[in-house]
Amino acid sequence: MANWTEETVKVAGTELVLVRGGAGRPLLMLHDELGYPGWVSWNDALAEEREFIIPLQPGFGKSPRLDWVRSYRDLGGFYARVLREMNLAPIDVIAFSAGGYIAAEMAASDPHIFSHMVLSAPMGLKPTEGEIFDFLAVTIRTCLMQTVSNPEAPDFAKIYGGEMTPEQFELFEDARAETARLGWEPFMYNPSLGHLLEGVTQLPTLLIWGQEDAVVPRGCIDAYQKAIPSAQVVEIPRVGHRPEVEDPETFMQVVKAFLAS
Amino acid sequence: MQVAHFTERPVRYLHEDEVLKNRAYFAVSNRHFDREKAADDYNYYLDEACYCEELGFDGVALNEHHGNPFCMGNVMNVEAAILARITNRVRIILIGNPLPTIKHPLRMAEELAEIDLISRGRLITGWVRGAGSEQFFNNANPAYNREMFNEAHDFIVQAWTKPGPWRYEGKHFHYRHVNPWALPYQQPHPPMWIPGVLSPETVRWCAEHRYPYIGLGTSLGPTCDLWDIYAEEAQKHGYQAGPENFGYLIPTFLAETEDKAQKLGRQFAFGGGQNAFSRPEHTLPPGYNSKAAIRRLASQPRGSWLGVSRDKLMQQRSGANPDGVNYDEVRDKLTQGYQRSQENLQTIVGTPKTVIPKVKTLLRVLRPGIFTFFSVQGQVSNEDRLTSIRLMAEEVMPAIKEYAKEIELVDPFEREPGSVKLQAETQRAPVVDREPLAALGLV
Repeated sequence: MANWTEETVKVAGTELVLVRGGAGRPLLMLHDELGYPGWVSWNDALAEEREFIIPLQPGFGKSPRLDWVRSYRDLGGFYARVLREMNLAPIDVIAFSAGGYIAAEMAASDPHIFSHMVLSAPMGLKPTEGEIFDFLAVTIRTCLMQTVSNPEAPDFAKIYGGEMTPEQFELFEDARAETARLGWEPFMYNPSLGHLLEGVTQLPTLLIWGQEDAVVPRGCIDAYQKAIPSAQVVEIPRVGHRPEVEDPETFMQVVKAFLAS
Repeated sequence: MQVAHFTERPVRYLHEDEVLKNRAYFAVSNRHFDREKAADDYNYYLDEACYCEELGFDGVALNEHHGNPFCMGNVMNVEAAILARITNRVRIILIGNPLPTIKHPLRMAEELAEIDLISRGRLITGWVRGAGSEQFFNNANPAYNREMFNEAHDFIVQAWTKPGPWRYEGKHFHYRHVNPWALPYQQPHPPMWIPGVLSPETVRWCAEHRYPYIGLGTSLGPTCDLWDIYAEEAQKHGYQAGPENFGYLIPTFLAETEDKAQKLGRQFAFGGGQNAFSRPEHTLPPGYNSKAAIRRLASQPRGSWLGVSRDKLMQQRSGANPDGVNYDEVRDKLTQGYQRSQENLQTIVGTPKTVIPKVKTLLRVLRPGIFTFFSVQGQVSNEDRLTSIRLMAEEVMPAIKEYAKEIELVDPFEREPGSVKLQAETQRAPVVDREPLAALGLV
């Protein structure tokens, strides 16, 4: 089990809480719309060779909210500034769901900010068909259940098993409130992002999608493929929206191979 | 004391099972809409309001909801405009325009000004945040609900009082040319009364603005606490709160006999009543609640959201009821709830003889300057509704108005809210009387 720490840095005009863990070349991780789920087995697997840098999104209960950030594009711009000020760019990024939306915005604005981009079940583009699941219109319980095809998966139980404490409930509500604030309409995508991404031609990109994903449809991956034709696509069978939780071994193999290439 | 009549203008032709199956009114499919019955009832409810005027009510109240058969008032200003023309004396009380969901405060200012003009100054505006489900229906960002409410309110007051053309660039609203030629009849603008259900934040905002706060049938103990919060805040702003600052609305149904009243009054619980207005996922959208409210919710041991153990994660919680639910059992439970609600004085049902003392208790405890009867929901005939309203007006209203005079429940037209000065160091006068609560077991 790798060591990880949580620290607050003064950067980009605010205080940002970061989780750092592992050793090696830095790897930026952008968590999803439910918040950082905690250090789990796939983090350990990669932490042997990479140092994770995991910003806790402003407004999600740890890093203070930034009122001036009113969109995912704004948030991407903020994180870009963070990377510049911390001298971390260019950096590899691995981003999940709404985190993928943020990463895509950052790449669209400045492709040189990343050296590799892994987007797992990314939001951010309107799906070519189907819809992004309206996770704001269901209870948190339904929302969590929607993210996996197998609730018995060990890491899922590790993160969400047991009784939800009042603190956890509050953190979930903070995350959902901030996600609503930024992504309300159009719901979790930006109509111009695909056009901007078409200009990103030299960034090695991997798109990962669980075939049972009930939150982000295959149509989102199609949209990303259209915008970035050179992107690799890996579909993982028998997992839902969170392949890193449901099948961490396969997920890790795929990610490691890509980052090494 | 002002006495008003309110109805949600419920859809009366829908089978109750459709609501029970959906576990709530919001999101029951509009495939059940019936244009003939809807046309009949929109017209009937307007006639009902005219009848209220004939009978001597001081005001008729309207509200607005979207996307559910609990309330047909989807565009309340349309009904208010019609009443402005077809009534002559009653105040038209809006409880209220949902500012954040309509997202166009300049249009709101124009609409309401026209209503005030046509009625020659009988409009009472009211502002609400809009229930959770309204945010979904109108695609209004719940995270910005309170900001939009505040900004829209401030803008409307300016639009009504600052000569134009002028330009406005706010956070949520932008108007490059503000110069409305429909301005209110009442000067500087219509009175503003704010309805609510136990939000301390809203109450403090009201006290600061000297707006009367209308409690919507909230339980007595917590309502007293809320009134105290208002009064404390009022003192910070240099005035003594009194009955002119408070209103109360209560579900009430009357009939000639107790049996008939009980039987028909049960329709308040039709479809689950107010508690089934919308499912949890629609009631509290993310961002809608303040941090403090979320924290309170999180610490309640039996909230719908807590206890997400691995076992409970297996149960679906969003969505309609599965097939195979016994709705007769559900109905029995609702009947029990209806009885309890009467015991708590949150629903008042009976003959004038039994209703008058209960209303007097409410008046004694909460001391409101505005009292509003909320007519029955569900499927009650025109005739029975009108009888109830007639008994309210002819038998209950005189008795309670006399009592109100006795205990000095002045209304906002008799005494301007905020006009009674109070120093910070002085002990403020109480605004409620909790004594009857203990006797009723309602502490």
